[in-house]
Amino acid sequence: MLKTFKLGGVHPAENKLSKNSPIERLPVPKRVSVPVGQHLGAPAKPLVAKGDMVKVGQLIAKGEGFISANVHSPVSGKVFKLDNVIDASGYRRQAIIIDVDGDEWIEGIDKSTDISKDIVLDQKAIINRINEMGVVGLGGATFPSHVKLMVPDGKKAEVLIINGVECEPYLTSDHRLMMERGEEILIGTKILMKGLGVNKAMIGIENNKPDAIEHMTALAKEYEGIEVYALKVKYPQGAEKQLIKALINREVPSGKLPIEVGAVVNNAGTAYAVYEAVQKNKPLIERVVTLTGKSVKKPSNFQVRIGTPVADLVEAAGGLPEDTGKVIGGGPMMGKALLSLDVPVVKGTSGILIMPDEESHRGEVANCIRCGKCITVCPMGLEPWLLEKVVMHEDFDRAEKERIMDCIECGSCHYTCPANRQLLDYLRLGKSTVGKIMRTRRK
Amino acid sequence: MSLFTISGSPHVHSDTTTKKLMYSVIYAMIPAMLVSVYFFGMGAVRVILISVIASMLFEYLIQKYLIKGPATISDGSAIITGVLLAFNVPSNLPSVILVIGAFVAIAIGKMSFGGLGKNIFNPALVGRVFLLISFPVQMTSWPVPKPLFAKSLTDAITGPTPLGALKEELKKGDTVQQIMDNGVKFIENGKEVVYHIPSYMDSLLGDMGGSLGEISAIAILIGAVYMLLKKVITWEIPTAYIGTVIVFTGILWLVDPAHFVNPLFHLLTGGLLLGAFFMATDMVTSPMSSKGQLVFGLGAGILTVLIRVFGAYPEGVSFAILIMNAFVPLIDLGFKPKRFGEVVKK
Repeated sequence: MLKTFKLGGVHPAENKLSKNSPIERLPVPKRVSVPVGQHLGAPAKPLVAKGDMVKVGQLIAKGEGFISANVHSPVSGKVFKLDNVIDASGYRRQAIIIDVDGDEWIEGIDKSTDISKDIVLDQKAIINRINEMGVVGLGGATFPSHVKLMVPDGKKAEVLIINGVECEPYLTSDHRLMMERGEEILIGTKILMKGLGVNKAMIGIENNKPDAIEHMTALAKEYEGIEVYALKVKYPQGAEKQLIKALINREVPSGKLPIEVGAVVNNAGTAYAVYEAVQKNKPLIERVVTLTGKSVKKPSNFQVRIGTPVADLVEAAGGLPEDTGKVIGGGPMMGKALLSLDVPVVKGTSGILIMPDEESHRGEVANCIRCGKCITVCPMGLEPWLLEKVVMHEDFDRAEKERIMDCIECGSCHYTCPANRQLLDYLRLGKSTVGKIMRTRRK
Repeated sequence: MSLFTISGSPHVHSDTTTKKLMYSVIYAMIPAMLVSVYFFGMGAVRVILISVIASMLFEYLIQKYLIKGPATISDGSAIITGVLLAFNVPSNLPSVILVIGAFVAIAIGKMSFGGLGKNIFNPALVGRVFLLISFPVQMTSWPVPKPLFAKSLTDAITGPTPLGALKEELKKGDTVQQIMDNGVKFIENGKEVVYHIPSYMDSLLGDMGGSLGEISAIAILIGAVYMLLKKVITWEIPTAYIGTVIVFTGILWLVDPAHFVNPLFHLLTGGLLLGAFFMATDMVTSPMSSKGQLVFGLGAGILTVLIRVFGAYPEGVSFAILIMNAFVPLIDLGFKPKRFGEVVKK
C-alpha cells in the first residue's frame, strides 16, 4: 500500500496541464525588480545604490540576523533605483530595480551544464556556502536553507526528507525539475545530507507522477542512502508535517519544528538550488516557474531570472487569455491572488496560475449545516467551523485553546465546505490576532 | 489594464453543496417511500404529499415574511423534514393533523432557531412527538398493510404494531413465546380479531403495521448504503446506535427470554433503523467529531431500549434521539477530534 498521512486531506482536481512541457529558459528581461525580503525572516540590507553597475551573481543585499538570506543580482546592468514595489506575495517591499545591460557574470560561477559529482566541501563549508548563495526553501515558505541545516543543541537529525510531492493542483515545476535535472537533485540531496550529518534521505513523490518516480528511483540506485517513495495522492501531502507523517510515521508536536522528531524537510527544487550553490558556486538568481491555466495557450515551465515581471512569463506562454478573472501566485489551494502582471517573480514563486473569470469568484455563503466535513478533512485535526465562530465572536482566548495556531492554512476546510463558508479567511484573521496576543504575553 | 479578482486562498472549491447533500438524502428515502406506497396505497401518497407541501410552504412563508432573508426553500431541507414527518406517522392520519405537525416541525422545530443549521432538535421529530402527545389516538391507530394488487387477507382495517402488541401482552403476564405463537386478540368493530406478530421476513420487506417509513428494513438499508457511499452520513452514529440496542436487548434476552424479546425483533420492528440511519444522523442535530458521534449513538441506543422495555410507550426512538439532540453541544465540547501532534501533558 502506498504511504500517506492519516488525518484529513482532500483531493482537488489535479489539472497538471504543463506536466509534459519541458523547462524553457526565458530571455533576460529589460528590467528586473528584486525585493530584498524574499524569504522568511528579516529582509536583507541593500548594498547598492542608484546608479551602481552590477553583474550577474553579485551580492546586492546582505542577510541580517539569524533568520535571513542574501540577495544577488540576477542580471547585469545599472541600478535604476531602490523603491517599494508590490511583489508576488501581495505586500509592498523594498526592491532593487535594475535596468539590464548585456549579461555579464561575476567571476567564479560555473555556468556550464556539466554535472559535477564530487562533493569536496566539508559540513561547515557547505552550510556557509548555502548561506552565502542566498538559498531558501523553494516550495513556497522560503525558509533560509542554511538555518535548517544548523541542528539546535540537544536535538539530533536522523533523516533528510526531500519533498517532491507537489500536491498543489496545476503546478509542475518540481515535476519537470525531477525529470530533467534528477541527477543534480540527487547530488544536492547528498550535499544536504552531508551538511546535516545524516546518512539517510527519503524522497517523497506523489503517485500522479509515475514518470518522475520511475526516473528518480532509477537514478537513486547510484546514490547510497537515498530512497524514493511513491505516495498516495492526497492534498496537503507537501506540507512539512504531513509529509513527515507519511514517510516516517512521526507527528511533529504542536508548535514545534520537524527536528523535534529527527527530520529535516527540503523541497526538490531547493535540492537543485543547493547543488548549483555548492558545486557550481551559483547564487539563487533563477528558478523554475510554472505558468498555467485552463485558458492559457501554452501551459509552460519556465526557467526565469528572479525579478522578472510576471507579464513576461504570460507573454511567453501565449499572452493573457481573454477570459482571465484572476491571476494567482502559486497554486490554487494556497496561492495569492495578484494585483497586476507587473509583480516580479521572487524566490518563492513556484507557479503563476491564470484562472478564467467564471472560476474566479466565490459562491454564496450559506448557513453552516454542521456536516462536520471541515473536521474530517482538516489535516491538523482542528475544528474549522468552531474556530470560524469563535473568531467571529472575537473570543481569541478560546481560539487559542482550540489550537488555531496549529492551522497550516492549507484551505482544505474552505475547499470542502458545502455551505461555502469562508473558513480560512476567519482562521487567518484569528491566527494573526492570536499570534499578536501570544507575542505580547511573552514580552 | 483590466482588474483582476482578489480573494484569499483557496481559489478552487469542491463541487459539494448543501443542496446536493440534501438531495442525496431525498434520493435515499425513495425506496422506503415506494414500499410505503406499495403497502399502504393512496393513504401513503396523500400523507407524503401533504407533509412535504405543507413543510415547504411554512418554510417559505416564514423565511419571506418573518425572517425576511433570502429564499432557502430550494436547498431541499424542508422536503426532507416533510418526508421524514410523513415517514413517522400512520398512513391514515387526518390531513389537518398532518398540517399541524408540519407547522410545528418547521415553525417551532426549525425556523424559530434561525433556519437550517441552527436548530437544536430534529424538526421532523419535534413535529412527530408533538402530534403523538396531542393526538395519541390518531397517531397510534395503524392501518393493516394491504399490498397493492393483493386480495385482503384479513377484515381488520387497523391493527397494532408488533412492538405495541408485544408490550400490551407482556403487561398482561404472557411470555414472549406465547405471544409469538398465539398472536394477540383485540376487538375491532365488535368483532374479535387475532393479530399475528409478523415473521422476520415480513418485517424485512415491510409487511407489518407501523409508520410509513419504518416498516421495511431492506428499503431503509438500501437508502443507508447510498448515503454512506455518497458520504452524506458517517458510519459512527448508526453503528453505535444499533450496536447498543443489540447488546442491551441481547443481555436482557439472555437473562430472561420469557419476558424480553430477542434483539433481532427490536432491530426489525419499530423505528430503530429509520431513526438510526435517517434521523439520528441528521448532521445539524448530531455531534461533529467521530468520537462524539459514537457517544451520541450509544446514548440514543440506551434511551431507546429503556423506553421500549421499561417505559410507558412501546416505541422510544423519537424520544431517544430528541433527548440526545439536547446533549449535542455538550458532546461537541467534551469530545474533540484527534489533534495532529498533540502534546501529551505529563
